[in-house]
Amino acid sequence: MQESLFAPGHRACAGCGMPIVIKLVLDAAGPNTIVASSTGCLEVTSTPFPESSWKVPWIHSLFENPASVASGIEIAFKKFGRTDINLLVIAGDGSTFDIGIGSISGMFDRGHNITYICYDNEAYMNTGVQRSGSTPIYASTTTTPIGTQSPGNLVRKKDMPAIAVAHGASYVATASIAYPVDLRRKVKRSLEIKGPAYIQINAPCITGWSYADGDTIEQAKLVVETCICPLYEYVDGELVGVKKVRNKRPVEDYLKTQGRYKHLFRAEGGDVYIANIQAIADRNAEKFGLLD
Amino acid sequence: MTRCEVSMVVEPGSTQVTKTGAWRTFVPVIDHDKCIKCSLCEIFCPDSCIHQVEGNFVPDLDYCKGCSICAHECPRGAIEMVLEEK
Repeated sequence: MQESLFAPGHRACAGCGMPIVIKLVLDAAGPNTIVASSTGCLEVTSTPFPESSWKVPWIHSLFENPASVASGIEIAFKKFGRTDINLLVIAGDGSTFDIGIGSISGMFDRGHNITYICYDNEAYMNTGVQRSGSTPIYASTTTTPIGTQSPGNLVRKKDMPAIAVAHGASYVATASIAYPVDLRRKVKRSLEIKGPAYIQINAPCITGWSYADGDTIEQAKLVVETCICPLYEYVDGELVGVKKVRNKRPVEDYLKTQGRYKHLFRAEGGDVYIANIQAIADRNAEKFGLLD
Repeated sequence: MTRCEVSMVVEPGSTQVTKTGAWRTFVPVIDHDKCIKCSLCEIFCPDSCIHQVEGNFVPDLDYCKGCSICAHECPRGAIEMVLEEK
């Protein structure tokens, strides 16, 4: 591995999945890259003023507009006659799924040559684990707390990659930090393809998901092996590849390792909720042909 | 009229002035005889602090937060997390 373009000394929690995403993405994109970021864990942990972890040009403006900022940068560079620069947006799921979805829609619509990377930790982790559009069903968060009448989040995870595909984005993929070769290849491919690209990368959050120390990569692997998070890629709206799952594991293997799902194994009727999650995983396996 | 003099452009990689190693409770100890140089520990380290030094993978303890991802992911079990006494 070449020297990381994301310097240590950042303030991400010990065992955070997000810096691993950033490291791998920058490793694939290389130094000839400009990054625009939204507000979120990444911004506050990597750029506590007057410091910065970034060794590539990086800009933050607001929660909702990294896609617009990157669009402006792309147009400016085009005007200068320079199209040899990798332009990335790296934003969290809160910004991507909820707050910034309008500006992302505009970016896809106008067809900018930008790769939008969403590190998906499935809630607003920076502000204290509030539910986002990406939070999976039955996960406990501070705004979807569990109780006698509540099994946690009642809404299923928004299918953001499908929204990107529906926009006609040139390249759409999902990736996981547990498969770094696959992740880097997808980032490189997105940069080679002209037009807007969207890559959603599963990034386990030790604070919000509450799993055991050092289990970060194992979490990212389990979510793929249970088919809860299918890894696939679309080019121009066509499904061109999926990561096959050799031994599909029951969703309990994933759920039982996390504090945010603990109630499903304790509460009465918890098995019904687990069966619902299993049904989601089974649908993914069938829809994307994950099994042979 | 007063002008804002604060520049929001900072040095690249400047978080390195902050030694996050102070957060650590457990420290990774690598058995170089067991190590097969697969570099998974380097790839997965969230703090980019494991590097190859004279052929061996060594954690930079200035920044290692002791998260133990390296110890969990080492396919040979060559990394042990040991309680650090400071």
